Amino acid sequence: MTAAPTTAALEFRGATAWRRNLRLHGWTIAVWLVLLAMVPYWRSLSEQDFKFDVQAVAIDALPLCFAAMAQAVIVISGGIDLSIGSLMGVVNVLSAREMVDMSFRHALLFSLLVIVLTMLASAFTGLIIVLTRIPDIVVTLGMLFVWQGVALWIMEIPGGGVPIEYSDLAVGDLGTTGIPNAAVVVFAALMIVWVPIRWLRPGLALYAVGSNRNSAYLSGIGVARTRVGAYLLAGVFTGLAGLALSASSGIGDPNSGTTYTLNSVAAVVLGGVSLLGGVGGLIGVIAAAYVLTLSKIILLLRGTDPNYANVYQGALIILVVVIGGLLTRKTRS
Amino acid sequence: MTVAPETIGRENRLRSAQRFLVDNPVVVLVGVLVLLFVLTDVVNRHDAGEPFITWNQLSTTFLVAAPLGMIAAGQTLVMLTGGVDLSVALTATAAAFATSWQGNNGTVEGILAGLGVGLGIGLANGIGVGIFRVNPLIMTLGTSSVTFGLLSIYAGKSFEKVVPSFVSKLGSDRFFDYLPANLILWTALAALLILALRYTGYGRMLYAVGDNEVAARLVGVRVWQVLVFAYALCGLFSAIGGLLLVGFTNNPDLGLASPYLLQSVAAVVIGGTSIFGGWGSYSGTIVGVLILTVLGSLLTLLNADEWQRQVIYGAIIIALTAIYARVSGSE
Amino acid sequence: MSGEAPLLDARGVAKNYGPVLALRSADLSVTPGEIHALLGANGAGKSTLVKCLTGVVRPDQGTIAVGGRAARPRSPMHAAKLGLAPVFQDPALVPDLTVAQNFRLTGSSVGAVRSQLTAMDLSVSFRELVGDLPLPILRMLDLARALTHDPQLLILDEITAALPSDLAERVFAVMRKQREQGRSVLFITHRLAEVIATCDRATILRDGRNVETMVPQEGGEARIVEIMLGPEAARAEKVASELDEAELPATEEAAEADAEPVLEVDDIRVGAVQGISFTLRRGEVLGLAALEGQGQDELFEALAGQRRLEGGELRVEGKAFRPRHPYDAVRRNVVLVPPDRLLALLPQRSVRENVAAPLYNTPLRWGPINMRDEGRRVRRAVEALDIDMRAAKQVRRLSGGNQQKVTIARWIASGFAALLCNDPTRGIDVGTKRQVYSLLRELAEDGAAILFFSSELAEFPLVCDRVLTIYGGRVTAELAGAAADEASLLQAMHGLQLDEAVA
Repeated sequence: MTAAPTTAALEFRGATAWRRNLRLHGWTIAVWLVLLAMVPYWRSLSEQDFKFDVQAVAIDALPLCFAAMAQAVIVISGGIDLSIGSLMGVVNVLSAREMVDMSFRHALLFSLLVIVLTMLASAFTGLIIVLTRIPDIVVTLGMLFVWQGVALWIMEIPGGGVPIEYSDLAVGDLGTTGIPNAAVVVFAALMIVWVPIRWLRPGLALYAVGSNRNSAYLSGIGVARTRVGAYLLAGVFTGLAGLALSASSGIGDPNSGTTYTLNSVAAVVLGGVSLLGGVGGLIGVIAAAYVLTLSKIILLLRGTDPNYANVYQGALIILVVVIGGLLTRKTRS
Repeated sequence: MTVAPETIGRENRLRSAQRFLVDNPVVVLVGVLVLLFVLTDVVNRHDAGEPFITWNQLSTTFLVAAPLGMIAAGQTLVMLTGGVDLSVALTATAAAFATSWQGNNGTVEGILAGLGVGLGIGLANGIGVGIFRVNPLIMTLGTSSVTFGLLSIYAGKSFEKVVPSFVSKLGSDRFFDYLPANLILWTALAALLILALRYTGYGRMLYAVGDNEVAARLVGVRVWQVLVFAYALCGLFSAIGGLLLVGFTNNPDLGLASPYLLQSVAAVVIGGTSIFGGWGSYSGTIVGVLILTVLGSLLTLLNADEWQRQVIYGAIIIALTAIYARVSGSE
Repeated sequence: MSGEAPLLDARGVAKNYGPVLALRSADLSVTPGEIHALLGANGAGKSTLVKCLTGVVRPDQGTIAVGGRAARPRSPMHAAKLGLAPVFQDPALVPDLTVAQNFRLTGSSVGAVRSQLTAMDLSVSFRELVGDLPLPILRMLDLARALTHDPQLLILDEITAALPSDLAERVFAVMRKQREQGRSVLFITHRLAEVIATCDRATILRDGRNVETMVPQEGGEARIVEIMLGPEAARAEKVASELDEAELPATEEAAEADAEPVLEVDDIRVGAVQGISFTLRRGEVLGLAALEGQGQDELFEALAGQRRLEGGELRVEGKAFRPRHPYDAVRRNVVLVPPDRLLALLPQRSVRENVAAPLYNTPLRWGPINMRDEGRRVRRAVEALDIDMRAAKQVRRLSGGNQQKVTIARWIASGFAALLCNDPTRGIDVGTKRQVYSLLRELAEDGAAILFFSSELAEFPLVCDRVLTIYGGRVTAELAGAAADEASLLQAMHGLQLDEAVA
């Protein structure tokens, strides 16, 4: 050892780059691999042609993809939103009621309006959380009821409709390529809305606030602003999720969103986003949404009682989380 | 040698009042409950020309509240550890079904079957959360999904469903016309629970694990033991709640307990138990349960539409929690 | 100091949190080109004043002027722009982002920070995740970032707490450079020796007010303590510390007499520890002295059952000891007081519950509590430690010193054979420290075996019968308590041979 420790330069090395990248991206890669691994089995069971099947999965998974993306944004920033499903329901019935007699162009414009409204509604929830300092689980639980009520007020029983071209946005495919619109829309939303933000300061601020709120504050980040911003951003995806419901189902149903809340949380966890915040990304979450949807379809193709599908899905979620937890033991201060 | 921060005259009294309310939040809640009763009374007199605060109505309120009281008891235990159990409603339903199916073979078999199912589901949750460290939201979500699937399958098949008469009586009878049988059960279990939380070693450990798991581990607590036991008890209480429910309706149905899930969380939160764990009590939950029940009656009296009920319900949860947060000055 | 406009002039700063008056009225004046210490016991208002100066909270009253111009910092970043750059005890770095991302977030130039680090003879890869780096390195990063703002006043809040001496040296060098450039440093610390060694002036707070500004070298530690505690308490402290010193020679003999081994450590390997052996006997306080990262934390964790040994053996009272969980250790009466009280306390629970907690750590004891017995045990422990019970309902309302006492009290209540104290006096005020020293000595005299680690070298001769120094994962020297002066300890801690003349 050197005789005079204070004059030599001190160098510090933490984890190797390889291990660090594994920790950051390993889960996402694993989920996509799982999805790919499911494909051969799925093909072997199905009697439909590939294009048709891919279409079916993409359409089925579309609302969940968006709901999961919305939930992911909020969870990354350190929160959780139990009212996503109900808000989706509101968007669903509102759009189905109004778009019934609209032209395609008007429907598109109305969609934009609806997305803005959803952003504001979601930001409203965020504001309540920040201003009253009540934990987000409680506030969003309350908002769950409020939005559910609003949805029932807008439309008591299922009805309404959407223009055919609008529906086609969800159920059609891209020109002659056969790529389902449903998949294109998801990735387009990812590229347009999330990717620009994620690596710049607003996105980093989201991760920072979720990682350690106090350190983020001391770093000079406006914590309250960032948290409300998370809900505002999530509102975009929630709006898209509700519109996806309208487009793919063709009608409005006030109870349509209820299952999506908990499923979105499941997709988020399966997608590698830590419920503690600050970790994970949307790409893994999208894959997780597809995995959940595809596993349900596989079970149906096997001829299992649809109710067994619930059993398997529940068990599958638990299994994945257990294994994932064992693999990525993470200690947090 | 460190001097306690100084206070000035009037602010001194304000501070003691604030401290009293923080340490005894139940006082505020009982106030809210009384207010609700009075409000319902006024509305009832106005609409139906008769008062609400009668022995009969009070008795009915408690009768209706008891099943929620049981389910919320289990939820309280879990939330004290900092977790949440989203499977309580389906556990209650499953227990109701189990009792009805075994009810054929006798009352004791029926009740044991129901309680056994509750205990089993609770243990599964406890093992997942305590031993495998699965997030409680996910774990209980998973078990509720599995339970729902299994129930759907077996509900379709034709088993003879007989609700044991003892259970029926427990769920719907009233002694002397006014004292519900299930209230007696509720009171007994409530007393047991409140005393246990305050005066047993397990109660202390429950709060310790919820407050700071790391510190609990440091003094030698094997946290998984505390958690497994908490979730198992929660399953048991949910089962009891389910039995009381089916005793009341006499008809096991898949949707039997579904509104009770969110109501149980709401009751616990309104009752002042911190969602992060380590702070709270069952006495607060009891008042929370009563508040929700009376609120339900009030909304029914006002002929509120379903959607209005939902909106008001949600707003009340937020408002009450905000008031509580204000009063206790906690984060 | 004559005629020069003060760099920082804060007057009448007051802040209350509801009915609690954290800061009543404090004046602080720092001239250009000085290193100024801010001292005070826990609860005196130091951290509140710093929060007001750095924009973390807004003061209710008072004025702040920087370089003659009024300043109202709205946030730490804003304060930095005004010329007041803070470095807090908890680094303003987010664990799940990389160092580079953290800097991007705060708009700090990566190149500028790197050159500041190089000037301090440090090198860290900016692609590391902050969560992977140890606390001392994070503090240095925070310091480097603060320096890029070219601050008029560098505010260092307890930066040397838990900082190894080689890094602390670099901090002092930075402080001196600030002074040479005509800028200033506000140095908040509990370490009086450092104050006397480095600071030009010191302002001392007591009960939310500043009571005196003095030159630390005139009057020394004794004078500073006297001002911090107030005349009454200081007199009592003087008596107490004189008693301590009078007792020391006697304890050397006492330790020889009771040679029964309680904890035997045999060539263990864990983390940075590469082969350490020692025996902890009844009636002795055995000190461990080491630089940061020499394995002391792993050693304590392994002995307390929080971590598995990678090699070697342990014995408690002659029988093999292989703890796999803290319960195994507690059951054999080997108990731990950890360096971070946040890890040891149940914040929302009462003092009584915290102190009694170990009694119910097994399902066998989950039944009804014997309240009278518990009350007696708790009372005894609280009295032994002189815990201020005024805010007893929730431990988080207690001051830092009292909280630390609770972490020790619980083991007195439930009994122990070996008490493992890992830096038990970190971040607590002088008065409480003295109480802890005399308590540990008392316990040893009553037959307890105590293992004691501290990052403040001055404590070793006051508390320990003998001291082991650790370097390179092994024991490098053993010193008798009285002979464990700073110079000898430092030499041994760096792995150097002890000069015979010094020992």
